[in-house]
Amino acid sequence: MRLINRQPGVALKAALMALPFVLTFVAYWIGSEIRLAENPSDKLLPAPSTIAATAERLFTEPDRRSDRILLWHDTAASLMRLFLGVGISALLATILGVLIGLLPHVRATLAGFVAVVSMIPPLAILPILFIVFGLGELSKVVLIIVGILPFLIRDQSQRVLDIPREMIVKAETLGASSLVIALRVVLPQLLPRLIQSVRLSLGPAWLFLIAAEAIASEVGLGYRIFLVRRFLAMDVILTYVLWITLLAFLMDLALRTLSRKAFPWTEASL
Amino acid sequence: MDGGQPVSFVTAENIFQSYGARPILERVNVTVDEGEFISIVGASGCGKSTFLRLLLAQERPTRGEIRIAGAPPAVEPGLDRGVVFQKYSVFPHMTVRENIVAGESFRTTWGVFSGAHKKAARDRADDTLARIGLDHVADQYPATLSGGMQQRLAIGQALAAKPRILLLDEPFGALDPGTRLSMHDFLTELRAETRMTVFMVTHDLEEGFKLGDRVLVFDKPRWDPTDPNAYGATITYDFDARDGGIPFQRIEEDTHVLRPA
Repeated sequence: MRLINRQPGVALKAALMALPFVLTFVAYWIGSEIRLAENPSDKLLPAPSTIAATAERLFTEPDRRSDRILLWHDTAASLMRLFLGVGISALLATILGVLIGLLPHVRATLAGFVAVVSMIPPLAILPILFIVFGLGELSKVVLIIVGILPFLIRDQSQRVLDIPREMIVKAETLGASSLVIALRVVLPQLLPRLIQSVRLSLGPAWLFLIAAEAIASEVGLGYRIFLVRRFLAMDVILTYVLWITLLAFLMDLALRTLSRKAFPWTEASL
Repeated sequence: MDGGQPVSFVTAENIFQSYGARPILERVNVTVDEGEFISIVGASGCGKSTFLRLLLAQERPTRGEIRIAGAPPAVEPGLDRGVVFQKYSVFPHMTVRENIVAGESFRTTWGVFSGAHKKAARDRADDTLARIGLDHVADQYPATLSGGMQQRLAIGQALAAKPRILLLDEPFGALDPGTRLSMHDFLTELRAETRMTVFMVTHDLEEGFKLGDRVLVFDKPRWDPTDPNAYGATITYDFDARDGGIPFQRIEEDTHVLRPA
């Protein structure tokens, strides 16, 4: 039997799925053991048990100075910035994507401009954002928008262009105006694809968020990681990294579920 | 046709169409009476589908004009022309019933009905669905239907908008032979009810003659062997296809003479 036709069974599949996670954990654990055996006060690879203890402390115990649980504050601040940035981008991308995809005049005006703007490295203009929008929340949200909006607009407008012309013409023969075509034919078919694109752009969004927080901030997940880096507090950094990974994974899962629940017709075509 | 008004319903006058320097159609003239079923056949690349797009007003001819019921030539597709393509003729994000309702509601400002209108439109849609045999799948999405059912839905949706002419672009091209035959019966019945003027592009000669009152053949009258694209196509034959292609003869005359049992 060819390799391409061999399917793992249910048990094997689950085991294979767990394997890379287990291997990574074991490799870390062994490395940590070796370093700690040589130097018990080594800070680079803290033992898993140390990380677990730190995590518990971070999630439950308030900070002695401010009397607040910092991790939750960091999470709230970061998620707020992320949701604002991604949400505004998704909204603008949908509106502009429909306009660019449907209206030849808007396409002629904006398509080239968006293509050029999307080539600007967002981090390169971060200083400009700090100067123009200050060091507050606004500049961080704007960085996320600058980072992912051009990609989302290009993607959404292409998705509109991908809708078969036959379908648009059919709507025209039913007497639909441009507005009705946009609202009843294009937009409903665009939304499930928007969710897909947002899922893809969550990675870059986190990148820009943490970059902005690392450079100038007073609270936030990225800020905390770069703050405790000075004390080589690897246990704190690793806890935050795992926490961010979990948050990102849950967001992706939530969007995937939303897409399935809200757009049953996309499932029907599978 | 038998004693109907000779006033032509659709006229195509001296139509030329070229894409850039390449002529596709030249000197196409045809007049069609209301209620006629016109089959359009021809080899690939002979401008059948281009002619249909011109009838649809999706494209405008480089020269000449097409008029429906004496109205000025259309500049874009509209309510007077219904269309069914080989694929993508229904909206995948709407249920079967919503697709039929869309045939009436898309012409409104926001594209949806509300209140009493909505209820009435749904009832009419259910009647239509019962007539085209899709009432049992009214709440399903088109992707769950077979190819034949999707095309029936597309035809039902186009007719729900009450167009003046119905344009079919190889509507049964992607269907298997059995489904195609049942679609022929379906279309014949529907036509007997509505007396709709129909233009159908098809690859299948037999289908064209079976369904059509007239069969228009598109071909290139002139052919330059060194430059096959030098000339465009036109209507080279215009067959009367009623009664299986022999419209004015009957195998058996109706003589009113008593015959032995």
